[in-house]
Amino acid sequence: MTFRRKYEEKFFRGLSFLFTAIIVFVLVQIIWTIAKKGVPSLSWQIVSQEPKGGYYFGKEGGILNAIAGSFYLAVSATVLAFVISLPVALFMNIYLIKYQRLLIGIRFFLDVLWGVPSIVYGAFGFTLLMYLGYRNSLGAGVVTVAAMITPIMIRAMDEVLKTIPIGLQEASYALGSTKTETAYKIFFREALPGFATAILLAFGRGIGDAASVLFTAGYTDYVPRSFSEPTATLPLAIFFQLSSPIEEVQNRAYAAAVILTLIVLVLSISARMLKPKK
Amino acid sequence: MILSRRLIDSISSKWMLACLTFCLLLPLAIGAGLVFKSMPLLSSHKLSELLFSSEWYPSDNQFGFWPFIVTSVWVTVLALIISCPLCLLASIYLTQFAPKWFLKFMRPVIDILAGIPSVVYGVWGLLIIVPFVGDKLAPFFHADSLGYSILAGAIVLAVMTIPYILNMLLEVFRQIPVELGEASLSLGATKWETIKHIFLRKGSSGILSAFGLGFSKALGETIAVLMVIGNVIQIPQSVFDSGYTLPGLIANNYGEMMSIPSYDSALMFGALLLFAIIIVINVIFRYIIYKSELV
Repeated sequence: MTFRRKYEEKFFRGLSFLFTAIIVFVLVQIIWTIAKKGVPSLSWQIVSQEPKGGYYFGKEGGILNAIAGSFYLAVSATVLAFVISLPVALFMNIYLIKYQRLLIGIRFFLDVLWGVPSIVYGAFGFTLLMYLGYRNSLGAGVVTVAAMITPIMIRAMDEVLKTIPIGLQEASYALGSTKTETAYKIFFREALPGFATAILLAFGRGIGDAASVLFTAGYTDYVPRSFSEPTATLPLAIFFQLSSPIEEVQNRAYAAAVILTLIVLVLSISARMLKPKK
Repeated sequence: MILSRRLIDSISSKWMLACLTFCLLLPLAIGAGLVFKSMPLLSSHKLSELLFSSEWYPSDNQFGFWPFIVTSVWVTVLALIISCPLCLLASIYLTQFAPKWFLKFMRPVIDILAGIPSVVYGVWGLLIIVPFVGDKLAPFFHADSLGYSILAGAIVLAVMTIPYILNMLLEVFRQIPVELGEASLSLGATKWETIKHIFLRKGSSGILSAFGLGFSKALGETIAVLMVIGNVIQIPQSVFDSGYTLPGLIANNYGEMMSIPSYDSALMFGALLLFAIIIVINVIFRYIIYKSELV
């Protein structure tokens, strides 16, 4: 009996360690594979030039269009999402603080929204675009991606604001400030470090997602100059170039994958470093 | 002075309320828009025919979604069969057996896994998993496969769901009161017996929800699966067969759909199907989580 118990304990301790190790191994394997394939094709030309004539047959050029496009798209979408999320998150934690049941309902709803896949946003965005009679454009991509990351951002901000003690709010009212002033001067400042994490998280989601921009942002060989022009994005640049039969073009897809992975790595590490210590 | 402060306050309150209303209405608008767009198809075809027929010939006005539904479910279930035990035991190790620093080390690892874009997972799948399935696993099982298969899709998908499920499981185990474990240990149970009889039972609803939400996450994944699954419209007979998932169908055909009548409507119906299934799953499991947090 004791013998069996002892070995069952040992067995599962070992197995659970093994499984944890597998997860770490897989991450290392992914990054190593991407780096090994992509780093040799990285060059200054790739990150600094737009595709030139014959680029898709392996001639000169780079993926500046996709890098710039992705940044324009993700930055604008994050800004737009922030402009909508901030009032919502503040409203929930200042005006609705007395209505806990309603608050629970809203949080529940936003959590459910988090699960909606990006392809659904993409398909809906495209339909709306057609319905309104617009073309694929940077602006349409921005709106679609913003719609996708807004629930994530609101919930992340909400989690930060939730931790602010109610006493702070009462003290602010006692000194005669309005709710708006309490919201933007007290709560906003208090939660700022936490917001940074929320923003980086949403930004990372925005820059890496392909399915939502597939039909809404379009694809072009040029760096967009206005919101009404279509734009290339890094995920789609990888996706399209990888389906080419020409090796040089495929290699550039791997290089683009390295760039995208690097961006996301930097984002997630800085998000963790900015996170306030509990 | 006071007047202007009041004015700002009232304008800003209304703006906040407007933003909130907008956010809450958006999903309803998405649902309504998708229903509206799939109406033409629904009025000319029977729902049961759309769902359970496997005849997919858009140019003949035949739209059977069954092959896509079957493939999607196969890939997702297979992915969870791989990732669930992995996540469960890993979360047990991290919260019960491992030293504190190791959990600290794992958090960024999980973060990074969660942050890697799906297209990068797709590239990795193409480079590693597809050849592995095609050259190693398939010959081992005496199956004929190029590697672009349900199994390859499931493995890539399993890796993608790991950070998502693992994070939720870590939270589940963190919320179980320490005293419960201490009581069990003081009665002479071993650490593993405590986990098996106390923690797994106490956390059962949370664990179930984590798996359920992982399922919905995996079901909606598009690009990575699209890149490795082969995209052949058929009802797969084995895990080494190619398939075509529902999100993949939408993503691949959107560009050309305008040329064939009711194709556009059919793809929207596909999106609606996906949207509805995922919302239902999410509501169910979020509700279970919510209930278990109250106790």
